Amino acid sequence: MTGSQILIESLLKEGVDTLFGYPGGAIMPAFDALYDYRDKIHHVLARHEQGAAHSAQGYARVSGKTGVCLVTSGPAATNTVTGISDAMLDSTPLVVITGQVGAALLGTDAFQEIDVVGITQPITKWAYQIRRAEDIAWAVARAFYIAKSGRPGPVVLDLTKNSQIQEAEFDYKPCTFIRSYIPVPEVNNEQVALAAELINNAKKPYALIGQGVVLAGAEKELKEMLDKADIPAAWTLLGASAMPTDYRLNKGFLGMHGNMSPNMKTNECDVLIAIGMRFDDRVTGDLNTYAKQAKVIHLDIDIAEINKNVKADAPVLGSAKDTIPAISALLKPAKHTEWIDSFKEYDDREYEKVIKKELYPETQSMTMGEVINKVSEATNHKAVIVTDVGQNQMMAARYSKYSQTRSLVTSGGLGTMGFGIPAAIGAKIGAKDRTVCLFCGDGGFQMTIQELGTIMQERIGVKMIILNNDFLGMVRQWQEMFFDERYSFTEIDNPDFITIAKAYKIEGREVSKREDLDDAIADMVKDDKPYLLVVNVEKKGMVYPMMPAGTSVTNIVLGD
Amino acid sequence: MEKKLYTITVFSENTVGLLNQITIIFTRRAINIETLSVSPSAIKGIHKFTITVLATRETVIKVVKQIDKRIDILKAYFNTDEELVHQEIALYKLATDKLLALGSIENLIRQYSIRILEMNETFVVFLKSGHYAETQQLFEELSNSIGVLQFIRSGRIAITKSKVERLTDMLENLKKFEDQPI
Repeated sequence: MTGSQILIESLLKEGVDTLFGYPGGAIMPAFDALYDYRDKIHHVLARHEQGAAHSAQGYARVSGKTGVCLVTSGPAATNTVTGISDAMLDSTPLVVITGQVGAALLGTDAFQEIDVVGITQPITKWAYQIRRAEDIAWAVARAFYIAKSGRPGPVVLDLTKNSQIQEAEFDYKPCTFIRSYIPVPEVNNEQVALAAELINNAKKPYALIGQGVVLAGAEKELKEMLDKADIPAAWTLLGASAMPTDYRLNKGFLGMHGNMSPNMKTNECDVLIAIGMRFDDRVTGDLNTYAKQAKVIHLDIDIAEINKNVKADAPVLGSAKDTIPAISALLKPAKHTEWIDSFKEYDDREYEKVIKKELYPETQSMTMGEVINKVSEATNHKAVIVTDVGQNQMMAARYSKYSQTRSLVTSGGLGTMGFGIPAAIGAKIGAKDRTVCLFCGDGGFQMTIQELGTIMQERIGVKMIILNNDFLGMVRQWQEMFFDERYSFTEIDNPDFITIAKAYKIEGREVSKREDLDDAIADMVKDDKPYLLVVNVEKKGMVYPMMPAGTSVTNIVLGD
Repeated sequence: MEKKLYTITVFSENTVGLLNQITIIFTRRAINIETLSVSPSAIKGIHKFTITVLATRETVIKVVKQIDKRIDILKAYFNTDEELVHQEIALYKLATDKLLALGSIENLIRQYSIRILEMNETFVVFLKSGHYAETQQLFEELSNSIGVLQFIRSGRIAITKSKVERLTDMLENLKKFEDQPI
């Protein structure tokens, strides 16, 4: 078998049925082999390798499977770097296979040669160059094991051209063990007992839910624990939809643009239970004033997260799938009615000052929140929501309602503008029977607008909503609040998006008046075809509440 | 918090690009590596890195965890000087005529436990092993008196004082998996 055939056969062994890629010189032998596997592997041709990487991320995020990219060397490889970084920060399982010049040319500045392993080492769990055909099966097996196990993340395989052409025997063995790598730490019963004791003695316990719960598939276990000890809980951006919105103990969204009560209560609880979250600065604000009154329990699969930002009184290492039930078993049934009810005061204030105005505005211009709310309703809160980055993202996270897990796909850690369109493509392919709605700004839409070509060619039924304010909205908001309203290069002249969509054979509609909105949304969700809805919203809308960067979680600006 | 010299020991697989994987973790936090020494360890196929850095204890704990997390790293830990027997080696190249002009060098050689590695009409090479302060003291003395033509100091190598080698547990674990591919 040639190395290229070994590569494809190995991918099949790993259960891969979808690839996101773009052919080119140094990966042509692999693409040539792929041609014979068209019935087994669906290759989605992106329009730019960054798009391929984000699509693979979107696919992985909704399906729980590992996303796979196949691209050539040099510029193609560097184009995937943003997606790889994004997957690293958001713990998304991703295998990126890049072509490379022949082994004999390595180090000579050959055409389209670049040190991919060197570039990607800081942003991957593992980056490896394959120089011989006989190493391909081994490396692919190892790559998938590393990407998916423990705390997931991206892996890069840099495949020299000669290794794709050489003949070798196909000897594939799945990888289940690497002696220098402990993906899931063993659960320590003493740590579990200590955590349970703290919760049992707590008067005001409070849980923070991160993506770790989703990655472990521990949503059910989480609910059982929260129910048993009657613990109110809030979620990080990536923990969105781990609990349904209407769940009694779900108290909302944490962080800079999160809900008021979840942030305020962080500094009022007596025991803080962080589950599969990493105390990102967008959640904690100033660490010196963060939850100082509370005993902290930190459940995480990654020991490097323990005590990284917030000191844990009871660190519990392991998969949430194991640690949550272990703690749960030791919990005494409890009721914390008064404590839970105390969230309401802040919720009411936020509703009065922020939410009411956003969802039911009395102004003539439309708000982002009302559009998102209506789309969420029109899809019975069952859609996968994909966002770009900025105001559209924070608004979508805040005003979408979630009824099932893996329903928000967003670039959290890296905050990648341009993530939206390609991620939505991947999400739709990864969750074919779900409606996928993308909320995007007019700025971010144009960063990866070329992926409309992918949507056209593959007929991918994504519902794209541009919340258009002719501004780079989030930066404009900061300029208004912190830079004296000096709108330095944030006003943006936009093309006619509908005409562009039309050129790509995508149906669309532009709405500027509130009375047309319901009808347009109904039109958008009537079938499973791709659709672009441009909603011209108020130009200078603000996302509130806001906890300005670097200040305390209790320093919440509600706006006027 | 007070910065101190910490010695970080890393055991790794012997794969290409590992040094880069380790150094980028220091680079991100703008920590300067003071010394670095890499060599095969006592165990076949496993390499040992000895790295010294000036940093706070807090930072070193976090950095060591992030190193340990890399896939091909078997074990990483850190120690303070008090917990270690450590050593460095320095070579000094000196002009023969100037050295001879000093008169008797017996005292110098006894005082600093110097070994002479090479001697010819133009130059002499001294070898001195010891802690940084000791090799530095000799360097300064020679610089001030006759001048040093060339000087090189190795990175630190170190062994822990504790009775039980921290690697022992790890080795025991490895034995269990000896038959499995890496």
